[in-house]
Amino acid sequence: MARKLPRKDVVVIGLGWTGSIIANELCDEGLDVVALERGPWRDTATDFNIGYAPDELRYNVRQELMLRPAQETVTARNNAGQTALPMRQFGSFHPGNGVGGAGVHWAGITWRFSPADFRLRSHYTERYGAQSIPEDMTIQDWGVTYEDMEPYYDKFEYLAGVSGKAGNLNGRMQEGGNPFEGARAREYPNPPMMQTYGPTLFAETAANMGYKPFPIPSSLLSRTYTNPLGVTMGQCTFCGFCTNYGCANYSKASAQTTVLPVLMRKSNFELRTLCEVLKVNLDPSGRKATGVTYIDTSGNEYEQPADLVVLCAFMLDNVRLMLLSGIGTPYDHQTGKGTLGRNFCYQMANQVVGFFDPAKYNFNNFIGGGATGMAIDEFNNDNFDHGPLGFLGGGSTRCAPIGAEPISRRPTPPGSPTWGSGWKKAMRDSYLSNLSVGCEASSYANRGNFLDLDPTYTDRLGRPLMRITFDFPENDLKMSAYVTKKVAEIVRAMGAQQIDENPRTGHWSVVPYQSTHVVGGTAMGMDPSTSVVNPYLQSWDVPNVFTVGANVFPQNSGYNPTGTVGALAFRAADAIRSRYLKSPGPLVHA
Amino acid sequence: MTRNRLAIAAAALLVSAAVPAILAVPARADDQDFSLIERGRYVATAADCVACHSVPGGKPYAGGTALQTPFGTLVAPNITPDRETGIGNWTEEDLRSTLRDGIGRGGKRLYPAMPYPAYTRMTDDDIHALWAYLRTLPPVSNAVEANQLPFPFNIRLLMAGWNLLNFEPERFKPDPQKSAEWNRGAYLVQALGHCGTCHTPKTMLGADDTDRALQGANLQAWYAPSITSDSRQGIGGWTADQLVAYLKTGVNHQSLASGPMAEEIQNSSSKMTDADLNAIATYLLDRKPPERTAPTALAADDARMKTGGAVYTDSCMACHGGDGKGQTFLFPTLADSGVVQADDPTTLIRLVLDGSRAVATGARPTGPAMPPLGWRLNDADVAAVVTYIRNSWSNAAPPVGADEVAKVRKALAQAD
Repeated sequence: MARKLPRKDVVVIGLGWTGSIIANELCDEGLDVVALERGPWRDTATDFNIGYAPDELRYNVRQELMLRPAQETVTARNNAGQTALPMRQFGSFHPGNGVGGAGVHWAGITWRFSPADFRLRSHYTERYGAQSIPEDMTIQDWGVTYEDMEPYYDKFEYLAGVSGKAGNLNGRMQEGGNPFEGARAREYPNPPMMQTYGPTLFAETAANMGYKPFPIPSSLLSRTYTNPLGVTMGQCTFCGFCTNYGCANYSKASAQTTVLPVLMRKSNFELRTLCEVLKVNLDPSGRKATGVTYIDTSGNEYEQPADLVVLCAFMLDNVRLMLLSGIGTPYDHQTGKGTLGRNFCYQMANQVVGFFDPAKYNFNNFIGGGATGMAIDEFNNDNFDHGPLGFLGGGSTRCAPIGAEPISRRPTPPGSPTWGSGWKKAMRDSYLSNLSVGCEASSYANRGNFLDLDPTYTDRLGRPLMRITFDFPENDLKMSAYVTKKVAEIVRAMGAQQIDENPRTGHWSVVPYQSTHVVGGTAMGMDPSTSVVNPYLQSWDVPNVFTVGANVFPQNSGYNPTGTVGALAFRAADAIRSRYLKSPGPLVHA
Repeated sequence: MTRNRLAIAAAALLVSAAVPAILAVPARADDQDFSLIERGRYVATAADCVACHSVPGGKPYAGGTALQTPFGTLVAPNITPDRETGIGNWTEEDLRSTLRDGIGRGGKRLYPAMPYPAYTRMTDDDIHALWAYLRTLPPVSNAVEANQLPFPFNIRLLMAGWNLLNFEPERFKPDPQKSAEWNRGAYLVQALGHCGTCHTPKTMLGADDTDRALQGANLQAWYAPSITSDSRQGIGGWTADQLVAYLKTGVNHQSLASGPMAEEIQNSSSKMTDADLNAIATYLLDRKPPERTAPTALAADDARMKTGGAVYTDSCMACHGGDGKGQTFLFPTLADSGVVQADDPTTLIRLVLDGSRAVATGARPTGPAMPPLGWRLNDADVAAVVTYIRNSWSNAAPPVGADEVAKVRKALAQAD
């Protein structure tokens, strides 16, 4: 029997990027906010000591910052004809755990999605005709425009101190920035990161080929910066330990380095760590949430009543909590009816490695960072003519030296021996003279890719696990093959002697790490028959429930998702502050 | 925050009014005067009473922080108006004699861990206001055994002799040659702020060595650096605005407060008025210590400098920079720093061994931390890197030996 606690105005589930932004904004509104976080407290001072922060065995191999599968995992299969099995070790993606969430161990690349992204189906229909979109491709419009999103992107970028170069300031194109980006109201808060040799060579070559290279927008900071909340961050040192690591230098934007120092001081905010929410409680009508039930590490259950429930957990957990709580109609892939779990998408990660003459090239890959480097956008989204190509979508191409982790980074040219002295020699010869150029590409929704509750496997508390049914759609595989060829042309022009092309091919596998950019499942939109939340991230079915995270993406763009997730958090907070609180109820009438 | 504080103040008033015990105490007509109580609260803030008379997370002024002195442990008593365990039976005269003479109610001698050698300079008006404020606190029942000293120091009468040798009751005497602001600063530093309690070196008997007032002192494995206008070891290189920023926000262009100073800023100086902080700056920056010749910096090819430089590159440079300039508001500047070049390197050694968290204030909420490195650097490494820092860029200070590091390491282990 759950012990009933005194009510709060707001309960926020999960204290990562979105949870801390929402909590901070709602505390500023004077609301009494409690955040329930499944994992432990984490802080730069106590948890990311510079003496052990770059410990690859601890953080990359043993995944110390990640969710433990014994606490919660998912089952996975490629299609509805298969039986899903549990992931007993996270491979393909890394759900974060603890305060800061996956925002602790992210790389720091911080894009805005393009204007076309937000009205994707309309855009393709207008340009190529409705028949250009395959019947099983369930891409859709977001219900917001880029112009709606712009002020919130701006807020997130200034919060995080993003370092970059504008390409489009109020419609005026800017030399050195991304010519394909939507208009932004002002420059990035910080200048771009310095570039090492590899990205410099990539940019020169790309420019010679007629492309327009620009610095990757980075939440690793190019200089000391104090954000609008008064929190100070440090200059990145290019240590090369970002993805899978916490930053010891206060240089990578995260909840810890941007919001929490302010939020934790607020007397109307309370954080309870190591508290896992079991479900959102609904009143008998099923149209109103009354709070949440959660469990602590001793197995004690508590009921936390609240007027407003905001799901800010990792996207898979947001979807699962809604399924477990009965908020929304689960998707049925056979009929195409229902929306909860629909449009689960991923990201197509493609890569080309060039092997250069060791006598002439030293890229010193030890110097790096998750978001340093140069990019081009000519093969992203609909920036190129898809008419004759037979696929839709694309990706952002970038040369981003992320660092050289001593255990996992073992590049050898194709054809090298895979063990013994020959392998060692190949490694030694090419270690400093290889360079990787990636293309992080779009993942478009497909009727057969979805999330639901597993009929067989449960967690330790007896709740069904989330089941992922996903495979790479033919469209995305064709796109990957195309963009990878284009990237390879650049790497060849850079002077590589040998090229290793790795477009994403075959079936999705849970084993190798690809990216943590899993998205969708509670799509946002203007049509309740194809979306779970309205454009303010408010549940169509239970108006005092909001969910903020990549789970609201209807499909994924050829950009990393965090910038958009952060902007959506500010937009949802603004809608709650300026509209919902004045008149609690649906913000959009379908 | 303000709302809460008002609520607490209002609650305090209600509680005080409701407890009949208060009525038994001889009361002055204006004891409930709002302006007087507010002033008393400000005096308590400037005097940082709460620092010693509360435990972290406990009820304010209800006592309980153990002070480790070279003579043993003392615990600051409960100064809420509880009759049994606090000062509910006291009169204003008892408080006055406590602050001015180190003699509490019933002739009980205080130990100078209670900084009565500073408070003796307090004005009548401030004592009266403080008394009025303390009467408004909610009485908290919390018995504290203040005197936990070993024999013979636990004999309070000994303090009569100590006072005879070391203590002169006196009021603050303004210097008519100086401005009102300077004199206000002097009063705050010497009396209420009792800065010398930490920053003035002590004699063998634990009294202030007044000839070296505010020139830096060692306490509890921290070295409280010189706060005179000495340009090398003190704060002579700071402007008044920079010093005010430090006291108000805990952070300025060069430094971030941590350790005991972080507590002082959090409880006390961050809550003081700008006028008072400016007065403190005016006074402190006007205090010129005798000129001391700077030592010559060690040569770059000295073996200790080479080793220290290597350790610095590996463990320090990412934050504090190759030029020792750090990053403003985040990582302190080591070049031209008083605490870095202090004759006594205790603080620097301690920070390397044990790390520290900078103060977080509303204006500067970041509160970054220096991570502990003592678990991966041995005494010789720490000595080398500290020596390197003390003799690089424009710094010059005597080298530090591994034995000095061992001493601080031991002191830290004992403090845990």
